[in-house]
Amino acid sequence: MSFFDYFKSKKDNRTASVAKERLQIIVAHERGQREQPDYLPALQKELLEVIRKYVQISDDMVQVEVDRNDSCSVLELNVTLPEK
Amino acid sequence: MARIIVVTSGKGGVGKTTTSASISTGLAKRGHKTVVIDFDVGLRNLDLIMNCERRVVYDFVNVIQGEATLNQALIRDKRVDTLYILPASQTREKEALTKEGVEKVINELSERFDYIVCDSPAGIEHGALMALYYADEAVVVTNPEVSSVRDSDRILGILQSKSRRAEMGQDPVKEHLLLTRYNPDRVDRGEMLSVADVEEILAIPLLGVIPESQIVLNASNQGLPVILEEESDAGQAYEDAVARLLGEEREHRFMSSQKKGFFSRMFKGG
Repeated sequence: MSFFDYFKSKKDNRTASVAKERLQIIVAHERGQREQPDYLPALQKELLEVIRKYVQISDDMVQVEVDRNDSCSVLELNVTLPEK
Repeated sequence: MARIIVVTSGKGGVGKTTTSASISTGLAKRGHKTVVIDFDVGLRNLDLIMNCERRVVYDFVNVIQGEATLNQALIRDKRVDTLYILPASQTREKEALTKEGVEKVINELSERFDYIVCDSPAGIEHGALMALYYADEAVVVTNPEVSSVRDSDRILGILQSKSRRAEMGQDPVKEHLLLTRYNPDRVDRGEMLSVADVEEILAIPLLGVIPESQIVLNASNQGLPVILEEESDAGQAYEDAVARLLGEEREHRFMSSQKKGFFSRMFKGG
């Protein structure tokens, strides 16, 4: 930085907060997936095939998740049907 | 029984080998019988960083496959006499590191040494999994940068699910965060993730912060572990990290910038 640069307005390079925010989101998401059982993707795929026998839906319209509590696990299945 | 410490990170180029060299040298300097193993089969570099590349005759894979004894493969460090290096093979396949083979070598080393430091290769494949499998403790080397932090979190997940301790249902591997290439000036300017940011995201205890330093390249050029550059900030930061690894309380240093005066900023820049 030379003498005159000192008085110039500086470009905003404060990007660390952006990095932190992006990391918090992606890390939380990946941790969530890490705790899911291995069979989940296969289960989701088979469910899609079964439902498609009756209703045409796209891949992202079936959501499968497992929520674990201390005493029990809940398999949560969310199917969105297309609008008529 | 030796304590087995893996130095790992997921991401490459963050300072695993530099850290392995310094931590093992630091432990040995304090009189602990220490061996450092290079798990990076095919891309060995610990020998260069430790300045023993011309003394490698047999390697880790030779020992696993019964082509050499441990005594033939272990290289005694010329600077610290309680330190030995077990180099990786430069020519073999990574799969040569079988779980049983690694276990046999580690068990044998465990009877003779106080500390076994495992220098992991980058990635999350076979070599990296073998390096962390038998660990009691893990030093997770992380740069204050998005891809490194994300990969460190991934490695933490693997330590918690795929290490021997996890598989056997024993106490979990003890995790330590070592933040390297830290630049306090850039943190002050809001350009770099701070120690607190990384600690908050990874949520593991901080072992140390190694400031970004020219010394690190100078040291590796000469095959000198950074910790032996005793006058340098990076060397002292490694020394502190080793002390903390051994349970000493040490205040963290080199985490804030040296404030520059008005004139030096005007005329010298930066």
